[in-house]
Amino acid sequence: MGASRTPAPVGVDAAPSTTVAGGAVTTRRRRRYSLLSRQDKLVLALMVGVPAFIHIALVWFPTISSVLLSFTQWNGIGGLDKIKFVGLKNYQDLVSIYDAFWPAVAHNLIWLGVFLFIATPLGMFLAVLLDKNIRGSRIYQSALYVPVVLSLAIVGFIWELQYANEQGFINNVLGTTRQDNLIDWLGNKNINLWAVLVAASWRHVGYIMVLYLAGLKSVDPTLREAASIDGANERQTFFRVIFPVLLPINIIILVVTVIESLRAFDLVYVINRGRNGLELLSVLVTQNIIGESQRIGFGSAIAVILLSISVGPIIVYLTRTFRGERL
Amino acid sequence: MTAISRPAVAPVIEVRTRTPYRRFALHGFLIAMCALWLFPLAWAVYTSLRPYSDTAKYGYVSVGGSYNFDNFANALTNAELPKYYLNTFMVVVPALIIVLLLASMVAFAVSKFSFRFNLVLLMLFTAGNLLPQQVIITPLYRMFLLLPLPNLLNLPGYGQFPSDNGVFYDQYVGVIAIHVAFQLGFCTFVLSNFMRTIPKELTEAALVDGAGVFRVFWNVILPLCRPPLAALATLEFTWIYNDFFWALLLMFHGAKLPITSALNNLGGQFFTDNNLVAAGSLLVALPTLVVYFLLQRQFISGLTLGATKG
Repeated sequence: MGASRTPAPVGVDAAPSTTVAGGAVTTRRRRRYSLLSRQDKLVLALMVGVPAFIHIALVWFPTISSVLLSFTQWNGIGGLDKIKFVGLKNYQDLVSIYDAFWPAVAHNLIWLGVFLFIATPLGMFLAVLLDKNIRGSRIYQSALYVPVVLSLAIVGFIWELQYANEQGFINNVLGTTRQDNLIDWLGNKNINLWAVLVAASWRHVGYIMVLYLAGLKSVDPTLREAASIDGANERQTFFRVIFPVLLPINIIILVVTVIESLRAFDLVYVINRGRNGLELLSVLVTQNIIGESQRIGFGSAIAVILLSISVGPIIVYLTRTFRGERL
Repeated sequence: MTAISRPAVAPVIEVRTRTPYRRFALHGFLIAMCALWLFPLAWAVYTSLRPYSDTAKYGYVSVGGSYNFDNFANALTNAELPKYYLNTFMVVVPALIIVLLLASMVAFAVSKFSFRFNLVLLMLFTAGNLLPQQVIITPLYRMFLLLPLPNLLNLPGYGQFPSDNGVFYDQYVGVIAIHVAFQLGFCTFVLSNFMRTIPKELTEAALVDGAGVFRVFWNVILPLCRPPLAALATLEFTWIYNDFFWALLLMFHGAKLPITSALNNLGGQFFTDNNLVAAGSLLVALPTLVVYFLLQRQFISGLTLGATKG
C-alpha cells in the first residue's frame, strides 16, 4: 500500500466545550491514557465488545458446542432436554460402521495431496516467472487470476461444460460420446475426483500465485544482486536465497492450502451433492443435518474431526503471524 | 553514432537478459498457460452465444449457425435471475457495510489504545476466520432455529423484518449475521495493521483538543483508511457474493436464496441444455468479473494485505 499518508488535519477543530471533561480527567489521575474520559472508555468498550460478542457468539460458541454435541445423541426433534450423552459412541460408529467415512478421509487426503504437490507448486512457479520484469506481466497475471474471482459453484458449472457426457467439450474432442466408449468424467467414481480436482486446481493456482507474488515483491533486491555477483544462476538464487528468505510466506501458503482442502464443499455439492466417489468430510457434516433423519451428535463428531485437523495449521499460522507482536 | 555506442552497451544487456531464446520460451510458456487457463471460460462464452438448435445440428464442438444473446435472455426470464440478484443485494450490501464498520471500530480500539487483551482478541478473530465453515454449521443451524427474533416492521425488499417466522433461520438477517461474524477476523486484521502505521500523535492531538473517542475514530482515523477499506470492500464483496454454503444451509425457501446458492436449484430446473447453463453461469459470474476487471488493483492489494505481513 503505497498510499499517500499526509496527516490530514480533520477533526482537530474539536468543539472547545468538551475540553473541560478531558481536562478534569487529566488532573485527577496520571495514567497512561488519562486523555480518555469515562464516556470515552465506555465507547471504546462498546467498539470492541459488540463485534467481539457477535464473533464469539456465532463462531466460537458453535465450535465449542460442536465438540460437546459430538458426545451426545439427538435427532433434533423436541427440546434441548432430549439430548442424550453417549460418550465416544459417535466416534466409534464413525470409524467402524459409517461407510462414507473412510472414503471421505481418503478423498480429503487426495485433495490435499494434489493441492500441495501440484496446484500450489504450480502457482508458486508462475509467481516466480511473473516476478521477473517481463513485458506483459500484468496481463498474464490478470488472465491466470480470473478463476479466483468465480465462486466454486460457478466453477463447477463451467467445468460441467467441459466434462458433460454427450455435450461436453472433452468427450467431443476425444470422440468418446458414443454409448460404447463414453467417458463419464463426473459420474464414474474412479475418475470423478480427479476431474473435479482439475477444476479446483484451476482456481487454486491463481490464488497461490497472487499470494506468492506479493511475497516475492517484498524480497530485498540486493539479495538477488549479491547472489548473481557471486555467480549463482537463477535456479540457485531461488532455492538457496529467495526461498529460505520467504519462509514466513511459505508457511502461510502451506496453511492456506491445507485449510482450503478441508473447506472444499461447493464444487462437489453442485456436481452430485458429494456422493458416488466425491464424498468429503465437509459434505458428510451437512448430510447429517439436512433432511429427514438428523443425526446432530454424529454430524458434530465429523465436524470435530475436521476441527482437530485444522487446529494444527491454524496454530502455526497464528504463531507465525503474531510472533514478536507487541500491540 | 549508433555504430559506436552499440558495442559498449551490448555486453551489459547480454548478462542481464540472457539469450532471446530463453525469453521466447518464457513468453511461449506463459501464453500457453494463459490460453489454457482462459479456455474453460472462453468456451462457456462461445457456447452461451449459440442457440441449442445449432449445436444439435452442427455438433457440440463446431463452428457455424447463428450467434446471438437468446440464451442470456432466456436464462434471465425463465430462471427469474433478477429476483435472485435482488436477494443477493439484500445480503451483500448490509453485510459489507456492517463488517467494515465493526472491523474498523475494533481495529481502531486495538491499534490505538493498548488494551491488555488486544493480541488475544486479534488471534481469536483470525483463528475464527480460518475455521472450516462445516465445523460450526451444526450447532449454528440449531441455534438459528431456536433463537427468537421479533417481527418489527415491514421493510421493502425484506418483507417482514427482521424475521417473518420468529427465529433467525430462513432470514436474511441470519445470513448477514454469520457473514459479519465470520469475515470480521480478516478485516480487523488488515485494518489494524494499517492503522498502526498512522502516527499515534494524531489520535492524541485530537484527544487533547477535546474530541471524544468516537469522533477521533470517525473524523480522524477512518478518512485515512480509505485505501485498505476500498481494498477490503472489493474483496469482501466478491467473497460474500460468492458464498454458496451459508445461505444454502441457513435459508429454507428456495425463492429467498442469493443467486450463487440458488444456482444449485436453477441448474436442474431451468437450465435444460448446456447452452443455457453456460449463459446462466456467466450471468451469475458477471458482477464479480466486472468488479474484478474494474477494481483489479484494490482486489489484489486486499488479498495480499493479509498475507504478506510478517
